[in-house]
Amino acid sequence: MKNIPVAALIGLFFTAAYFLMALFAPLIAPYGMSEIVGDVWEPSSSQFLLGTDSIGRDLLTRLIYGGRTTIFIATAATILSFTLGSVLGFFAAVSGGWVDQTISRFVDLIMSIPSLIFALVVLSVMPTTTTILIILMGLLDSTRVYRLARAVAVDITVMDYVEAARLRGEKIGWIIFRETLPNALSPLVAEMGLRFIFAVLFISTLSFLGLGVQPPLADWGGIVKENKEGINYGIQAALYPAYAIATLCISINLVADWVLNRTTSLKGGRG
Amino acid sequence: MTEPLLKVRGLKIGATIYPPGEKPRDIEIVHGVDFELEAGKVLGLIGESGAGKSTIGLAAMAYGRGGVELTGGEVWVNGRDILKSGLRDVRKLRGAEVTYVSQSAAASFNPAKKILEQVIEAAIFQNKFSKKDAEARAIALFAKLGLPDPESIGNRYPHQVSGGQLQRCMTALALCPEPDLVVFDEPTTALDVTTQIDVLAAIKEAIRDTGVAALYITHDLAVVAQVSDHIMVLQQGAMVEYGAVDQIINNPQEAYTQALVSVRSIKHIEKDPTDTPVLRVENITARYRGTDFDVLKKINVELHPGQTLAIVGESGSGKSTLARVITGLLPPSDGQIVFDGRKLTPDLATRPLNDLRELQMIYQMADTAMNPRQTVGTIIGRPLEFYFGLKGKAKQRRIQELLDEIELGEGFQDRYPAELSGGQKQRVCIARALAANPKLIICDEVTSALDPLVADGILKLLLSLQKREDVAYLFITHDLATVKAIADSIAVMFQGEVVRYGPKSEVLAPPFDAYTDLLLSSVPEMKLGWLEEVIEHRRMESAGN
Repeated sequence: MKNIPVAALIGLFFTAAYFLMALFAPLIAPYGMSEIVGDVWEPSSSQFLLGTDSIGRDLLTRLIYGGRTTIFIATAATILSFTLGSVLGFFAAVSGGWVDQTISRFVDLIMSIPSLIFALVVLSVMPTTTTILIILMGLLDSTRVYRLARAVAVDITVMDYVEAARLRGEKIGWIIFRETLPNALSPLVAEMGLRFIFAVLFISTLSFLGLGVQPPLADWGGIVKENKEGINYGIQAALYPAYAIATLCISINLVADWVLNRTTSLKGGRG
Repeated sequence: MTEPLLKVRGLKIGATIYPPGEKPRDIEIVHGVDFELEAGKVLGLIGESGAGKSTIGLAAMAYGRGGVELTGGEVWVNGRDILKSGLRDVRKLRGAEVTYVSQSAAASFNPAKKILEQVIEAAIFQNKFSKKDAEARAIALFAKLGLPDPESIGNRYPHQVSGGQLQRCMTALALCPEPDLVVFDEPTTALDVTTQIDVLAAIKEAIRDTGVAALYITHDLAVVAQVSDHIMVLQQGAMVEYGAVDQIINNPQEAYTQALVSVRSIKHIEKDPTDTPVLRVENITARYRGTDFDVLKKINVELHPGQTLAIVGESGSGKSTLARVITGLLPPSDGQIVFDGRKLTPDLATRPLNDLRELQMIYQMADTAMNPRQTVGTIIGRPLEFYFGLKGKAKQRRIQELLDEIELGEGFQDRYPAELSGGQKQRVCIARALAANPKLIICDEVTSALDPLVADGILKLLLSLQKREDVAYLFITHDLATVKAIADSIAVMFQGEVVRYGPKSEVLAPPFDAYTDLLLSSVPEMKLGWLEEVIEHRRMESAGN
């Protein structure tokens, strides 16, 4: 773990800080999540570090709990989309023929519908629970992952070593997980960083529109929504979650870049 | 004494390497080379890959490719040291006084521009000729190089001419600005043997007629012997031997040169066919899906246990397709494959595991035939586990046995393919095939990507393994020297048909059919004046007809 570039160190530090914050939210937060502790939109003070929100809750506490929700949903959705998208993508590439055609055209169909509109339609019918949100976001995002995984795997499956495995009589599982996956890892890891950010933005957007995480549960998009009126009076409350989203995005990408560099140079394997 | 055209003194060339997990470090790849070249003479640079031939050749243009740096020494061209002159002077030199012919013309021409435009580009850029004169000169060169329709061939795009023609166009490109020196970097290596001879003759004639000096870089001593006046033998960035062609070929002094000259001296006595062939290809006709052209037409060959059948032919003759049909990757449209007395199903997916196990394959490019993310232990161990269910200690022991058999020894199990040399990689691929205990191994051009000495080692290994394991080889190659070295029987393929087939002694003995004669006589021989003899012989024959 020596020779980590400075940029990656900064990224690692902030990413770790955000995830630890999310994990230990109840221990770190100075107040309860929906506890009304002061006046409306109090300025920052030693008592309320970032001031209070539109109904007098401590903003720092809300941000910490909000980060927990946002990061949890985004992580879960990304894991779901990656597992599903890459396995399907590899399967399509390795199988080829009509299997590939069927899956790919179905994915094209889903992708042709703008995902935000698709999500709004589904969420107006389904109950807005955390589970539904995760599944919905994971499924929608898996189409993008599928495209990438298939494109990368198609290049790999024409290599002689995959042909050698087929000639040996290997089953499709070995070809996907032992021959293809290790060689497709780098682009997928880079994509994962990017997809995680999109998931954060997506859940924030939904919450801002009132279709995501429901009050009194906090999340970053929701906090912006609750405090957006304050901007008219010069109150910064709505901007803090935006800063949080921005710094998280940048730091995750710094880490993803570093991982990408490391895995591409590893033993001269393909990128 | 007049000053030589090119004088190289103590040339040192360095590069930076980036080993995985370590700090980048500088290494020296050429360690102080001296030579000179007089106007109108040809110097052959010869050596294996990594010997620094191309790097030295490009240094004559003061160019270091891909992060390579010219770190020391002098390179004098026409009386001035080009390593000391600025970029401005070097630009005047390149494309005017010194020009370059690369190995792959197909990759070097711009596919979006017409050939003539590219051929005259340098001459016009350097203000050597007006556009009109340059075009006239290009057309004259096309004619001299024996290209068909010299008047109009320049109006074609690069993909509209054949590989050999494109290589000649590239020679015209290099000669067009009337340079003093041309650097030929393996100009015929990528060509078929029958095409190579024409290109070689054209290049030689053009060099002689234009009086240009040339550096001719190649790894094939027999080729360089035909075109050069002097030869410099290089090994790992240092000169091994320098001398006139005659001396290098007939009286090499250094051990390394002697090894190069005597390479392919394997003697193999052909075995008699047995009663039951291990492989019988019956009436195989095949075509690729979506085409209406038969790539293979009624192929019939047999291979006996413990013997080698060589399939010889140019690129596009259907050799590799035949391998794909036998392995089941391409089901034939007609005919059948009988393997070890039983009929093989046409499609790979329906073959029983035992059939798959007994029929193994070794590929041309060992690099892409091994998963770069698996260790040698995994690569060789997988067939053991997969076919025989070997695990743990027993598997380890068998892997080590196989590594010993391919003469690699201890300490290779945990290495990744990227940490092996080209020859070692091919040995690991052989071990992987052997691990399955096969009756037949299909070897698809297994030595063509390797240097001659390394290839020689691989062939010897294959022969000794055949003796020990009694395995049969179906050996696909375009290299007749390889065939002579290891085959028991030979099938010559031409445009999807077997034009000549039989035991080695019969196939390689006259009377020949026209194609086999052409193929055999095109293989460069390591003697002076061979090229002229062949060309003269062919001219007389065609005059006689």
